[in-house]
Amino acid sequence: MSDNTAPLLEIRDLSVQFPSPHGWLTVVDKVSFNVGRNDIVCVVGESGSGKSVTMQAAVGLVQPKGGRITSGSVRFDGQELVGMGNRQINRIRGNDIGFIFQEPMSSLNPAYTVGEQIAEVVRRHRGASRADAWKRAVEALDRVHIASASSRAAEYPHQFSGGMRQRVMIAMAIACDPKLLIADEPTTALDVTIQARILELLRELQRDSGMSVLFITHDLGVVADIARYVVVMYGAQVVEAAPVDDLFGAPRHPYTSGLLGAMPQVALERGHDPIAIPGTVAQAHAWPTGCRFNPRCLYRREGPCTTGALPLTSVDNGLVRCALTEELRPILGRATMVPA
Amino acid sequence: MSAKPCLRVENLHVTYDVGSTGFMGARRKLHAVNDVSMEIAAGETLGLVGESGSGKSTAGLAILRLIDVASGTVRLGETDVAGASRAELRALRKRMQMVFQDPYSSLNPSMTVAQLLEEPLVVHADVPKDERRSMVGRMLESVGLHAGYAVRYPHEFSGGQRQRIAIARAMMLHPELVVLDEPVSALDVSTQSQILNLLKKIQGDSGTAFLLVAHDLSVVRLMSPRVAVMYLGEIVETGPSGRVYDEPAHPYTAALISAVPFPDPERQRTAHRIILGGDLPSPMSPPSGCRFRTRCPFVMEICSKEAPPKVAIEGGGMASCHLHAHGPKLGGRSLVGFMKDRALVTVE
Ligand SMILES: Nc1ncnc2c1ncn2[C@@H]1O[C@H](COP(=O)(O)OP(=O)(O)OP(=O)(O)O)[C@@H](O)[C@H]1O
Ligand SMILES: Nc1ncnc2c1ncn2[C@@H]1O[C@H](COP(=O)(O)OP(=O)(O)OP(=O)(O)O)[C@@H](O)[C@H]1O
Ligand code: SF4
Ligand code: SF4
Ligand SMILES: [Mg+2]
Ligand SMILES: [Mg+2]
Repeated sequence: MSDNTAPLLEIRDLSVQFPSPHGWLTVVDKVSFNVGRNDIVCVVGESGSGKSVTMQAAVGLVQPKGGRITSGSVRFDGQELVGMGNRQINRIRGNDIGFIFQEPMSSLNPAYTVGEQIAEVVRRHRGASRADAWKRAVEALDRVHIASASSRAAEYPHQFSGGMRQRVMIAMAIACDPKLLIADEPTTALDVTIQARILELLRELQRDSGMSVLFITHDLGVVADIARYVVVMYGAQVVEAAPVDDLFGAPRHPYTSGLLGAMPQVALERGHDPIAIPGTVAQAHAWPTGCRFNPRCLYRREGPCTTGALPLTSVDNGLVRCALTEELRPILGRATMVPA
Repeated sequence: MSAKPCLRVENLHVTYDVGSTGFMGARRKLHAVNDVSMEIAAGETLGLVGESGSGKSTAGLAILRLIDVASGTVRLGETDVAGASRAELRALRKRMQMVFQDPYSSLNPSMTVAQLLEEPLVVHADVPKDERRSMVGRMLESVGLHAGYAVRYPHEFSGGQRQRIAIARAMMLHPELVVLDEPVSALDVSTQSQILNLLKKIQGDSGTAFLLVAHDLSVVRLMSPRVAVMYLGEIVETGPSGRVYDEPAHPYTAALISAVPFPDPERQRTAHRIILGGDLPSPMSPPSGCRFRTRCPFVMEICSKEAPPKVAIEGGGMASCHLHAHGPKLGGRSLVGFMKDRALVTVE
């Protein structure tokens, strides 16, 4: 059934709408990208740009929230997930696809021990016996480096620190040995020393068990640390996608390049104040015509940037959605990373 | 530092009551801030960094007397804050303000921007009505918002705009001190720098002292010439930001700095990081001796027996660590050379 040369996850032209006071709004607009086998792909972008909804749609979680998929396909390991029945997709999610949600603190039930909660996931998806499921839960906690896993498994979430709870969430997501782990901002609420550990852990899991990781974040430092391939979203669309070295070495979209220039670390290195991207993010009910980034773009030109919708076009090793790509090539290329 | 600090904190202790489940209903205390001292001059920013749960917000809240101080002194100019009576505190309120992390919950949703900004003027300063109106307009413009926004409600604004409103509100009475508790961490990277640049501009104009609490070290380095590092309720290192970042003298600081991912994949692949094992111990029962010893890669025998003394560090500031008098006997030098010997950092 599964073809080992095809990508593990193939998202094609995926569009998602949610109801709002302004009618149905397209919050994910024809998004496409792949995750290979044993791959790490990061999705970055502005808050509200559709990162979480894209992932939720991919694993059948937007309909239960009142949204609808209006176009596109999601192929996972040879199977089409869009339109698949609830029972079937629930089996895949949790078994072959592990999912870590954006709000970790609210995703653990305070009334059960962490071991019970992980074991329950294993039993539901693997039909394992109670004893086996418990054993797997302890193993999973051990894999995420919770010390004395067998005794800690019998403790409740409130007895764990924030960083440990986040690792418990990872343990739960990997307990069934998924082929793909989707992690939505798994380190955003944590501090850097614990973040460094979790990134190390994800890399280790990918290396040792061949699992692929689809990682959502808004921190470009984290992307540089962990990604092989990067997808940048703005205003419900993919605006740039490229292998990590290409993206950081030569950002092709003004939003990506602006994001790099806004990073305090980069500004420090270059000895100036961070360069803010002016303005605020457009809302789905009022996208500007033409390029959705145009009201905030330094290079905006009346006409090419403000008329029709822009396509995602192939440039070098990646893809970019910008009317002035060729013109901007010498300006954006490596511009942000080389000390001025 | 100037002779007369705006804020002087000495030996501050803060405890929380955490239930009475102990023996004979004895109250259990959580010692969240332990013997913290700091000074900030007028117009200066001091950065306060450290792990989640290390007591940064608690220290900020106690300095403003928004929570009780267990012991220690806090002085704003000549005024005793820690020992101030209710009446004295009322007068102090307009001299010190706080900006909170979450711009979504820190503004009362049922008040217009004008009402939010006028409130401190009404409560503390009794400014006449038309003067209030024009002050609001001017303040909104100085934080980069249209004066016409005064009639709108918080939910009509983006996170970055709300944080501007919160800053405007804090600045209305020209306070001497503002505690900024993670002022940008809830914002998008693209709008974070708008707020940071705004804060710098406002400080340049007003001469207000800032205590900037953040877990993003780059933000702190960018904003503050001096920094203090907290671990489990204690300040473990202080100094000029450049010195602390490039030449850390405490192992926790070194680990913290090495953990910040830099947006350059090439560099991330070659960088050596100090990955800390273990988790932050509970402040209910901190480790004996040095509080960092359960996670310190350089822990020695003495570390569990004696609390490390404060050592003056070359290039400014201090660090509390036994490595300065024992083991490699760093004697106030930074850890960098020692870590190179132990192959913990790459040698360029
Ligand atoms: N359950 C929902 N009902 C209605 N609208 C929703 C729902 N979930 C998300 N949206 C909207 O869809 C858009 C995309 O949201 P999404 O959560 O994917 O953003 P994101 O890129 O993950 O942002 P963040 O970085 O803040 O997590 C937003 O405008 C959001 O308001
Ligand atoms: N109201 C409270 N009651 C009891 N304990 C508290 C209370 N507020 C904080 N604490 C505890 O005090 C310690 C210090 O917390 P504090 O919020 O000051 O940390 P912080 O350094 O600001 O962390 P963060 O970076 O997560 O904001 C923690 O152990 C915390 O659990
Ligand atoms: S299309 Fe024009 S406005 Fe949009 S990113 Fe490119 S240059 Fe900027
Ligand atoms: S005193 Fe000891 S345990 Fe503490 S930081 Fe120094 S070397 Fe590490
Ligand atoms: Mg999200
Ligand atoms: Mg805090």
